[in-house]
Amino acid sequence: MSSVLYDAQGPRAKRRNILFNVLFLVALAAVLWWVFSALDEKGQLDWVKWEPFFTGTEAWTTYIWPGLQNTLLAAALSVVIALPLGAVLGIARLSDHAWVRVPVGVVVEFFRSIPVLVLMIFGLALFSEYSNVSSDDRPLYAVVTGLVLYNASVLAEIVRAGILALPKGQAEGAMAIGLRKGQVMRLILLPQAVTTMLPAIVSQLVVIVKDTALGGAVLTFSELLSAANTMSSYYGANTIASFTVVAAIFIAINFALTSFASWLERRLRRAKKSSGAVLKADDSQIAGAAGTGTGGSI
Amino acid sequence: MFDFLQDYDLLGAFWTTVQLTVLSAVGSLIWGTMLAAMRVGPVPLMRGFGTAYVNIVRNIPLTVIILFTSLGLNQTLNITMGAKDFETINFRLAVLGLILYTAAFVCEALRSGINTVPVGQAEAARAIGLSFSQVLRLVVLPQAFRSSVVPLANVLIALTKNTTVAAAIGVAEAALVMKEMIENEAQLLLIAGVIAFGFVVLTLPTGLILGWVGKKVAVKR
Repeated sequence: MSSVLYDAQGPRAKRRNILFNVLFLVALAAVLWWVFSALDEKGQLDWVKWEPFFTGTEAWTTYIWPGLQNTLLAAALSVVIALPLGAVLGIARLSDHAWVRVPVGVVVEFFRSIPVLVLMIFGLALFSEYSNVSSDDRPLYAVVTGLVLYNASVLAEIVRAGILALPKGQAEGAMAIGLRKGQVMRLILLPQAVTTMLPAIVSQLVVIVKDTALGGAVLTFSELLSAANTMSSYYGANTIASFTVVAAIFIAINFALTSFASWLERRLRRAKKSSGAVLKADDSQIAGAAGTGTGGSI
Repeated sequence: MFDFLQDYDLLGAFWTTVQLTVLSAVGSLIWGTMLAAMRVGPVPLMRGFGTAYVNIVRNIPLTVIILFTSLGLNQTLNITMGAKDFETINFRLAVLGLILYTAAFVCEALRSGINTVPVGQAEAARAIGLSFSQVLRLVVLPQAFRSSVVPLANVLIALTKNTTVAAAIGVAEAALVMKEMIENEAQLLLIAGVIAFGFVVLTLPTGLILGWVGKKVAVKR
């Protein structure tokens, strides 16, 4: 294994590498041993604490599955609402008319620079004061509101960057054969931009799934993270076990989405059917084009 | 109409937000650089560790990590981070959680910066006999840092916004004070406006200034 940063290893470098490997292994093992003994001392590794997840289905059907359902429901609702909204905002930001472009730009930049949690807290208060949504449903509404406001503006930037990444000749050619502005966008630019943007959109899904957990921690939304809390009090303070299981589920979902995004990116790059560049799954470069940062896919 | 603001330590709350941001930014820059060095290095075990760390940490919600530092590390394992009172403990735990989480993204931003350094740079450095750590320290990383200013700025902005998650473990920063204010006062839109304004003031200049700096220091190729 060699890379551009270092030479193919000779005998001395190989010996040194083995030494580094061993040293690192020892350091890692020491940390793991420290963690293990700390957990063991507090009795967090006792079988009783982990049993609910491995024997019987009660923990899964009573706590985890309903929590996961709410997490996925909030994420799905947010995407379904934010995607068209983001597309409209993104296209509006490219408008030829300053009276459309400028206000939309201000709105998008505004919502991108505010934390999702602030938007969610605002949403919760908004629904409890100005609507008759029942107090059971309010956290879900608030979470979805916050996620939609934030992610619609992030998606707007993705759409804008996707359209801008297309070669100029596409729009020029379309106008040359006499299409109108709306037709150019609808028939020529958007279809190509959609394939370009897909990886970035899929990795934005990861952000949405992760952010639903905020609702559980601050807004009493009964999603997966709050399920961990409930479980750890119900099964006798098995905090470590519950959090491990919940974190593993989040990792599984998001890792699948991330891998799907990079697979899409590779595939689209290889296919080269769309003439534009493929937006990276990690959308930091999009933010770079925008002047102010989105904070990308964090 | 702004009278009620005096009942709350709004400036103090935003000061806490700034403190969380700065401390976590410094910490995650250091840890993230180390992770990036591990990921591009010649030692297979370190490379594996770096890759596994980044893939695991960036797929866990920050909220889970922050809540775990409080419920898991503090309340279960009695880790106090060398502090005595509840407030300092939670503040330090929040910083720890933010560092652990953000470092994964710093690592990725730096790695994308390393990828922009032309192959010839590293090849020339190797050709004059520099070792891996010299290649990285003297030739590649200085250039990589300069071209990753903009991605790093995005991470910093995201970090500023992510500090609100510390509200989940009771650190008195902007979002928690906002929640408190909304529960006690009637002027919802005004409160939200003030808090939103605070975050716009914190994040917008960061983006603009660092975007300008990024253009300025980028290696012209």
